Amino acid sequence: MTVTEDRAGREVGRDRRRKEDARLITGRTMWTDNVSLPGMLHLAILRSPMSHARIDGIDASAARSMPGVVDVITGRDVADVQGSLPCAWTVTPDMAHPDHPPLAVDEVRFAGEPVAVVAARDHATALDALEAIEVAYEPLPAVMDIEDALADGSPLVHQSLGTNKSFTWAFDSAEEGTGGDAAAAIDAADVVVRRRYVQQRVIPAFMEPRSVVVDPTPDQITVWSSTQVPHFVRFFLAAVLGTPEHKIRVIAPDVGGGFGGKLQITAEEFISFLVAQRLRKPVKYTESRSEAMLSAHHGRDMIQDVDVAADRDGTVTALRVRLLANMGGYLRLLTPATPLLGRYMYNGIYKFPAHRFECTGVFTTTTPTDAYRGAGRPEATFAIERVMDDLAAELGMDPVELRRRNWIERDEFPFTTVTGLTYDSGDYAAATDKAMGLLGYDELRREQAERRAAGDRVQLGIGVSTYTEMCGLAPSRWLGSLGYAAGGWESAIVRMLPTGKVEVLTGTSPHGQGHETAWSQIVADQLGVPFEDIEVMHGDTRTSHKGLDTYGSRSLAVGGYALVEACKRVVEKARPMAAHLLECDPADLEFVDGSYRVKGTPGASKSITECALAIFAAHDLPDGVEPYLDADASYDPVDFSFPHGTHLCAAEVDTETGQVRLRSYVAVDDIGKVVNPLIVEGQVHGGVAQGIAQALFEEAIYDEDGNLMTGTFVEYTIPSSADLPDIVTDRTETPAPGHPLGAKGVGEAGTIASTPAVVNAVVDALRPYGVTDVRMPCTPERVWQAIRNGGGRP
Amino acid sequence: MTRISMTVDGVRYDDDVEPRTLLVHHLRNRLGKVGTVVGCDTSNCGSCTVLLSGRSVKSCSLLAVQADGVDITTVEGLAGRDGELHPVQLAFHESHALQCGFCTPGMIMAAVDLLTENPDPSDTEIREGLEGNLCRCTGYQNIVRAVHAAATSMRTSVPSTPEAAGAPAPSMGEEVTT
Repeated sequence: MTVTEDRAGREVGRDRRRKEDARLITGRTMWTDNVSLPGMLHLAILRSPMSHARIDGIDASAARSMPGVVDVITGRDVADVQGSLPCAWTVTPDMAHPDHPPLAVDEVRFAGEPVAVVAARDHATALDALEAIEVAYEPLPAVMDIEDALADGSPLVHQSLGTNKSFTWAFDSAEEGTGGDAAAAIDAADVVVRRRYVQQRVIPAFMEPRSVVVDPTPDQITVWSSTQVPHFVRFFLAAVLGTPEHKIRVIAPDVGGGFGGKLQITAEEFISFLVAQRLRKPVKYTESRSEAMLSAHHGRDMIQDVDVAADRDGTVTALRVRLLANMGGYLRLLTPATPLLGRYMYNGIYKFPAHRFECTGVFTTTTPTDAYRGAGRPEATFAIERVMDDLAAELGMDPVELRRRNWIERDEFPFTTVTGLTYDSGDYAAATDKAMGLLGYDELRREQAERRAAGDRVQLGIGVSTYTEMCGLAPSRWLGSLGYAAGGWESAIVRMLPTGKVEVLTGTSPHGQGHETAWSQIVADQLGVPFEDIEVMHGDTRTSHKGLDTYGSRSLAVGGYALVEACKRVVEKARPMAAHLLECDPADLEFVDGSYRVKGTPGASKSITECALAIFAAHDLPDGVEPYLDADASYDPVDFSFPHGTHLCAAEVDTETGQVRLRSYVAVDDIGKVVNPLIVEGQVHGGVAQGIAQALFEEAIYDEDGNLMTGTFVEYTIPSSADLPDIVTDRTETPAPGHPLGAKGVGEAGTIASTPAVVNAVVDALRPYGVTDVRMPCTPERVWQAIRNGGGRP
Repeated sequence: MTRISMTVDGVRYDDDVEPRTLLVHHLRNRLGKVGTVVGCDTSNCGSCTVLLSGRSVKSCSLLAVQADGVDITTVEGLAGRDGELHPVQLAFHESHALQCGFCTPGMIMAAVDLLTENPDPSDTEIREGLEGNLCRCTGYQNIVRAVHAAATSMRTSVPSTPEAAGAPAPSMGEEVTT
């Protein structure tokens, strides 16, 4: 019997209010921009106003001589030492991977690319000095459209490559032996639905603009950064800039959201580090929102050509997907891998016998793309869930019925899919039935039929999205086999102090996920100590030096496993001490509720906190017991975990104005066992909101010259409270096999599921009007146009 | 430089400021009121919301010199002197109305003002009342829930001013389980 089972049902599973809140609701938060150091200089970055240009020269002399300006540094000044911003994933051996200097030297390839940095006594002076820097740009042609960029004779983003293609990655189930020949199956099919879906470019838009503070003392360089990945930042600063790793300490203090947008090694981090080293002074750089919109990586931006084949009865026979993915001007940390992280998920929850997938990464003169909440899986889920709805319409079937016919049944797990992944567990019917009940699916279908029959101006649509996703990034062996530079393990250190209080160090790096609370719940159960007696620390490479940070819904699935293991080791480490104090054999002890009890001898027990003090005092240690009660553990997952769920959306569409109103939204998610339902519900709310935002509101738009037209929160319309519906959440629970907590992951599920649910609802409302697709975001104008293009009123 | 005087969270400050200094930068950089944060540069996000003479204002949308002579409350001054949380702060905690917490100071201050104006708002009134404050984490659902909870709590305690609204309430250590 495991320790976990002994403790089940105490803290884990409880709606604990978060420990983190105390500082966040009182304004006592340590954002990076709140860090202030004696003698600190303030940086401002001059950014290219052009999307593509040669830099013929920079005259910074006037800026340098302004009062309060300490230095102005250009790309040329640091060309020999600044290195290249890293891309950690070589997706094909021949992937074109051009250098990406943090400060542009000869050429700029997206509007907003840094070209110079000012260090000054205060921020206002630094901003003033930017105005005095003269840059001579020689304009080069913008390359904006993904398909145009691949055409012969297209202007090139990187002249030296001779092409705008970075890579083409292909998978064919017949060649890999995981399934049949997709092309042949499509040729032979009763029904083929061919669709082109467009994943518009979106911007993660974390609320806290990024900030970095660098303090270069003679002993060590300390970097505070608003990042999801402090361990990555330390590694790459050392590996690229050559500063010895042990001389760098990176701290991610309180971080105001990320959503993948802070899963990056940024130009701003490198620039601040270089300036601090050069001037031997502490420096701070904090971006404005407008800079964040230009400079922080964007997400999505793909064209998806999807062909699905089926028998007349609705049984799917093949799926073929061709992606064109916009890389932007350069490859950033995970740029090429982001579209490919979805490549295993295009088949969704369905039993496709044949599959072909191909993805081409394309350079354009735009801000680089990279991970955004879900990173490839939302795009994959959108494509498969949209096309299943379109197939259902083609066959005249109910979209849920078509899914039932094709999904993996509960008793078929573990199930190896046509892409070669093995799904661990799930019960798609249970989640779908629950969601349909909560939404009132059948009644809404009746209302829909009535409105259609009556020719109501406002039509009703019901959107279905039955998703699964792979989370818990990731088995290191798997990552290595695919060309990723790092592993996917996670670690935890647990130490019981002499007074019985507990300190936990985790290698995960939360930025809103509530790890301090959830990890305390886990430790409280494992060690039998009060929730309040546990302190969780994270995001500092000096203290929690082992870790791979937070992204990909990995923290609990991977880090939680390591945490449980570390706790178990603490329990085992104290066992000989307890046996010694109780004068019994260690094997005769059972550990229950924080105490070692002698089996069969009621009343004979020692608490683990008593053992901690005795071990600390070390006056009478049994042989082999070290004088401190602590332990660490690392865990490398053997496989992914596969949460799933069913999201249903009812949308009312005004066929005269194109206005979409979300009438109800139901999310039933199966994420395995839950540590803190309150936190999970919050993750689902936020994820669903971001998915709805892509479906209805957000798009990063460039003009033909490469100017970002949605460069502030005025034009880039992230939804407000007035824009979003009330979200009904519920769960089904299929524990993750092989995980001590039975937990899967939830950080991205809502975003993955919701976008297709909403668009399916909009399209479903308008099918009688000849509408088969509405491009995202489904603004009133787009919806109205789709109705016109579809032929208007039926 | 212009001489200004303002009271912030109960303390009077007299300072010489550049006329172009935004109130939020004065609060953060001169007065050390870093609980109030900056989330955008177009007055859209509301992260910098404070109470100016009891009414919410985005502190990036006025100059420090325009706040000469006024009384300002930031999120740091909302709790009682003994640390007793304001009902809105407590409700945000109880309802899990924050995740990363960056928008939270502004959201709380906007909610305090909303409830001053409308002590018993409907869902729609809350959603429309907080439209000027953006949150990227919560989908707003638990924020709406928190404002309702705070409204209920405040109606039973009848505060006269926002500063005095710290009704007797459980501390954060006392867990309320559901």
